[in-house]
Amino acid sequence: MSIQPILELKDVHSGYGSIKALKGISLKVMPGEIVAIIGANGAGKSTTLMTICGIIKAEKGEIYYAGQLINKVSAEKLPTMGLCQVPEGRRIFPRLTVMENLRLGAFHRDDIDQIMKDIQHSYEMFPILGERKKQQGGTLSGGEQQMLAIARALMTKPKVLLLDEPSLGLAPIIVQQIFDIIAQINKEEGVTILLVEQNANLALHAASRGYVVETGEITLEDEADVLLSNPKIREAYLGE
Amino acid sequence: MIQEFKKVWKQYTIGMLWLLGLLWPLLGIHSDGTMTFQTTFTVWTYILAGSFVCLMIYVIKGSGSLKFVADPVSRAAGNIKTTSTALPTWIWLAAGLIVALIYPQFADRYGTDVAISVLLYICLGLGLNVVVGLAGMLDLGYIAFYGVGAYTYAILNTVYGLGFWVCLPLSALTACIAGCIVGYPTLRMRGDYLAIVTLGFGEIIRIILNNWMELTNGPNGILGIKSIGIFLPVFENGFTFEHFWMKKLQLFYYFALGLAIVAAICVHRLNFSRVGRAWESIREDETAAELMGVNTFIYKLLAYAIGAIFAGLAGAFFAARMRFVSPESFTFLESAMVLCMVVLGGMGSIPGIILGVAALIALPEVFRQFESYRMLIFGATMVIMMLFRPAGLIPAKRVGTRSEEKEG
Repeated sequence: MSIQPILELKDVHSGYGSIKALKGISLKVMPGEIVAIIGANGAGKSTTLMTICGIIKAEKGEIYYAGQLINKVSAEKLPTMGLCQVPEGRRIFPRLTVMENLRLGAFHRDDIDQIMKDIQHSYEMFPILGERKKQQGGTLSGGEQQMLAIARALMTKPKVLLLDEPSLGLAPIIVQQIFDIIAQINKEEGVTILLVEQNANLALHAASRGYVVETGEITLEDEADVLLSNPKIREAYLGE
Repeated sequence: MIQEFKKVWKQYTIGMLWLLGLLWPLLGIHSDGTMTFQTTFTVWTYILAGSFVCLMIYVIKGSGSLKFVADPVSRAAGNIKTTSTALPTWIWLAAGLIVALIYPQFADRYGTDVAISVLLYICLGLGLNVVVGLAGMLDLGYIAFYGVGAYTYAILNTVYGLGFWVCLPLSALTACIAGCIVGYPTLRMRGDYLAIVTLGFGEIIRIILNNWMELTNGPNGILGIKSIGIFLPVFENGFTFEHFWMKKLQLFYYFALGLAIVAAICVHRLNFSRVGRAWESIREDETAAELMGVNTFIYKLLAYAIGAIFAGLAGAFFAARMRFVSPESFTFLESAMVLCMVVLGGMGSIPGIILGVAALIALPEVFRQFESYRMLIFGATMVIMMLFRPAGLIPAKRVGTRSEEKEG
């Protein structure tokens, strides 16, 4: 008997008004793995994540999370169920302090003692956030903001974390740091990760499996190593 | 010093010429078609002389020649600031409360009347602050709920004879319902679109009040609204309560003070609660708030409803005090005025809003001696205040701190 996928998309269509961004996306994420979605600008990577999270409604197809159909579940209920997204461009709350940002990650929880412990835990995981806990989110640097966004999402106690372009606009050394943290979250906290990236090289090195999205459709799906050695991928996304 | 002057003289000259161009049509063109230059030039020369002195002081200060005056002054200001922050907040609150309580004993009828307006607008401003300052939704039709509250009391009192104390919660309730009805379709919009739609709904409510002759008596308004009834203990023939109609202005003042204090406490408590955190997250980034599990629609509707409740309470009091309501009291200009008070005082900051309201109600009264230039000076003051304090007179603490400031 095979293991049930924790997140599964079956032929999902969605879009913005008359513009169809997704034309039948199907993918599976197994518990405990890191899966990468790579693709060019406008291929529909971010839309896929936004559709999973219910910010954009799926027009057709089914989205299953832990065996449950979540197409009709409204966006704000998903963090309670253990599905959380770190959105593209970080989108932290700029005029709230680091501490308040983290408190908002735990918005649906009411176990105040555990929340405080978890906040301490995020400060241990990201020492820079501990140093700046009373500072406003908007005054942090890009890398610190990305860390805050990840820490905030972890405060929801997710089982599945959706990460949208965590390397966007960051210096290479910071990007490496962020990806180390992602691997750490996956290994130590046992969080399943679905990663969307333009930086295909990085993403496929971090992930165990990968999907390639082109104009709203999955064109390729394989183990990350295989994709990395695929000459077509190397040409199209790794610049060789 | 010369160099400092060189930096600014071009801008200054252009500014003064612009002022001349602005002043002449205002002062020089008369209703009978004649044009004069004399008065324009006199007024302009006065302004020129005054501003030139200010400019020179500014330039001298910039070049450091005024250090012997500026240094002690800034040191004294710093001292005042440290002593004021050293005092606990409750001392300030207590002092403010005592001043507010004894104020009508010293003020004349006119002074008390202005103070009642201030307190009423504080209640309105705090309500709008929930919508604009905390939840970050620009609402241009807020005064409509004030109107709904006022008309609720007016109609219930004149038609059904219900007393003020029964109508006060009912006014709040109808305003809240009106807020939900208006909010339900409009809160799907964001930003500028929301502002336009609320503007539209505000006008719709005013026009309904204006045209529904059977219910609201249209533009004639509703007359003969009863004042607030109170029971006072009377000690003749033993101990009984007797019913009085509130007529004394001082009693109105204390009632308005109570209303404003209740509003301030409610808004303060809400601000630092879970609900307040949800509102602030919506203000900062709605999509991110939704991703973090905040039910944005419910919380936005809640903000709208709570704002409307405060407006409804203020409206019922307004109707009881004026004993007359007409649609003219609830125009867009009033909405804009309340919004100005909130923005000028500092969005999200309760002391800021109180100061903003006081400034915007008191300034036109103070400038009464300038007669027809009153509103001109009023406008100029607002422009200057926004230039020098864009975050408001007293910016909200949690919104105002920057990284370069020391961590607490």
